[in-house]
Amino acid sequence: MNAATKPTATRHGYGDALVDLGEAHEDVVALDADLSVSTQSAKFGKAYPERFFNVGTAEANMMSMACGMAATGKVPYCSTFAVFASGRAYDQVRVGIAHNELKVRIGASHGGVSLGEDGATHQMIEDIALMRAMPRMQVVVPADYNQAYRATVESYEKDEPMYLRFGRPSTPVVYEEIPETLGEGVDVLREGKDISIIACGHMVWRAMEAAESLEREDGVEAEVLNVSIVKPIDTETIVESLAKTGVAVTAEEHRIVGGLADAVRHVAAEQHPVPVFAVGMRDEFGISGTGEACMEHFGLTPRGIADRAREALVLKPIVSHPPLHGPEWT
Amino acid sequence: MESAAGAAAANLADVAHLRPVPDPKPPSRSSEREDAPSTPELERWATVLRIECTRMLAVAKSGHLDSSLSAADIVAALYYRVLRHDPEDPEWRERDRFVLCKGHAAPIQYAALAHHGYFQLRDLMGLRQIGSQLQGHPDMNRTAGVEVSTGSLGQGLSMCLGITLALRLDGLADTAQVFGLLSDGDCQEGQTWEAAMAAAHFEVPNLTAIVDYNHLQTDGTTEEVMDTGDVRAKFEAFGWDAIEIDGHDMNAIVEALERSRGVDRPAAIVCQTKKGRGVSTMEGRFGFHGKPPSPDQAEEALTELEARLAEQTAALQAADAGGGEDDDAGDIGRPPEGEGRT
Repeated sequence: MNAATKPTATRHGYGDALVDLGEAHEDVVALDADLSVSTQSAKFGKAYPERFFNVGTAEANMMSMACGMAATGKVPYCSTFAVFASGRAYDQVRVGIAHNELKVRIGASHGGVSLGEDGATHQMIEDIALMRAMPRMQVVVPADYNQAYRATVESYEKDEPMYLRFGRPSTPVVYEEIPETLGEGVDVLREGKDISIIACGHMVWRAMEAAESLEREDGVEAEVLNVSIVKPIDTETIVESLAKTGVAVTAEEHRIVGGLADAVRHVAAEQHPVPVFAVGMRDEFGISGTGEACMEHFGLTPRGIADRAREALVLKPIVSHPPLHGPEWT
Repeated sequence: MESAAGAAAANLADVAHLRPVPDPKPPSRSSEREDAPSTPELERWATVLRIECTRMLAVAKSGHLDSSLSAADIVAALYYRVLRHDPEDPEWRERDRFVLCKGHAAPIQYAALAHHGYFQLRDLMGLRQIGSQLQGHPDMNRTAGVEVSTGSLGQGLSMCLGITLALRLDGLADTAQVFGLLSDGDCQEGQTWEAAMAAAHFEVPNLTAIVDYNHLQTDGTTEEVMDTGDVRAKFEAFGWDAIEIDGHDMNAIVEALERSRGVDRPAAIVCQTKKGRGVSTMEGRFGFHGKPPSPDQAEEALTELEARLAEQTAALQAADAGGGEDDDAGDIGRPPEGEGRT
C-alpha cells in the first residue's frame, strides 16, 4: 500500500488495510451494518464477498454474531459508526467480546463531531470513555491515513479485543510514510521543553500547528505527543515528557471526561503530578454544520489548543510540582 | 484458594447423603454410539439432571432452579442422544455446538457436562462460589464444554448464527448443527428477532433454535408482563421452519431435534414447558425465578425427584430383566430392544 501524501480520511486507511488483511489471512471476516461505503468495509466486501456479512441496520446482532464467529476461529472486523458501535451495542460488545477475550476488532468510523452535518445524534463524543472503561478492551485512535492503515494491519497480530476509532473527513497526513508500527502507542512528534501537548486522532495535526504557532508567536517550545493507543496507555513516554515540561494540555475530539484527558491525568496523578489541562468537548452534545465548522464551534482547533497552552503556561509556575524557575517565555 | 477449596469440600460433605447412585458415563461421541439411549433412559437422565440442579442450588443458595428444571428434558435429549460431541476432546472441530442462550439456566448444562466427564461431578457443588469454574452464567473461558459465554438475554441466537456462518466458511455446514436454547425472555429481546431475520437472510441450514417457553418470568407470567404470543408463528413469519411441541415429551423432543438437522432452513422448535417441572411445589408456579430453594424446599424437592428416579430405575431394570439383553448394562439397565428408539 502506498502512503497517503495529501489529506485523506483515516477510515480509508482502515478500508484499504482490511482488503490487504483479507488477502493475507483466510480467517479474517468483515461485518457491517448497512454503512459499508461510509466505513470503507465495502472494499473488503467486493474483494471477498464470501467472507463479508452485511447484517443491515442491526448493530447488536452484528456484535454478537462476531462473538460467535470469533469463538469458532475467525477474526471478525465489525464496522459501523462509532455512535452505534460503542453506544447501541455496548452490552453486546461487553458481554460477547470483551468478557470472552475474543479477537474481534471494532472499526468505528465517524467518531467525534467532524462528521458534521448529521449532527448530535451521530456525533459520538463519549466512545473512548465507554471503551476505556470496558475491561480488556484496547482503544486505538490513529492520527492520519498512514497510521490508520498500520493500526489496522497490526491489529491482526494482537489477541485482545480492540476498538479502533476512525473519522469521516479528509485530514492532513502526520506521518509521511506508513509507520512501521504503532509501537507502544505514544510517538513524540516534536520535541520541546516548555509544555507537553498530548493529542489523539484528528487533533494531532492541529496540535502540531498549535506548537508551531506557540513557537512563532510566543517563543514557547512545545512537545507534541501522538497517543494512538489510548488504552493501554504508554505511561513511560508520557511521564518522561511530563517530567521534562512540567505541564500538559491534552487535545481530543471527544468529551474531556473519560477520554484522553482523563487517561493522561490518571498517569500524572499517580506518577508525576503536574497540571494537565484539556481541550475537548465539555458537558455538551454536538451540532449540525460542516465538519470544519463544528470543530471551530467547539474550539477543537490549533488556536483552541494554543490558547489553552498559554493559559496552562501562566499557571505552570504557580501550581507545578515541583515548582519550576521562572519561565523563559516571559 | 485454600479456604475456597475447604468450603467446597464442606459443602460437598453437607450434601453427600443426597448423591444419586453413581451413573455410568455415557459413550463419548454420541454419533458413534451403537446403542442410543431409549426414551425411558433419557427420561431417567433428565431426573438425574434435575436432582443435580436441586442439590447445586441448595448448596449455592443462589441461582435459577425453576428455569433449569423446565429445560431438563430438552438438555437431557441433547446431551445424551442428539448432540455429536466428545468430552475427551471438547474442541473436536466437527462437533455439534450447543449454546445455552438462556444462560441463567446454567446449572442444567453444568449437570449434563459433569455427567459426561467434561469436569468432575464434585465440581458441581462449587456453583457460584469464589474460585469455582462454574460461574453464575456459562463462561467459555472457565468451563470446558461451554461454546460461548451467555447470560445477557437476547444475544444467544446472534452468537449461534455467527458460529453457524463460521462453520459454513470452514465447510462444516453439512456436518455440524448449531443448537441454541432460548427462553421466553430471549424472545422479548428485540435482538433475537434481528438474528431470526439474519439467519433466514443468510440461508443457514444448520441452525436450530429451541425455545423453552415456560411462560413465567421474574415479575410474573409472560402473558401479564409482556405477552410473547405465538412464538412459533413469529419464527415462521421470519422465514424459519417452525414447529411447536410439548417440551416435556421426550419422544417429541428427540424427534423434533433430529428432524431439524434435515431441514434446509433455520429451524425453530417452540417447546411448551412448565417452569419448575418435576417438583410439584414449584411446577408452573410464579415466585421462584432467581430464588434458590430453602433447605426445606430442597429437601422436599429431592425427596420427590429421588422417588421418581427410583421408580424410573426400577422400571428400566425390570424391563432389562424381562429382555435379558446384555450383562454390562450396570445399574440403569436397558429397555427391551427397539423400545423408544425413534
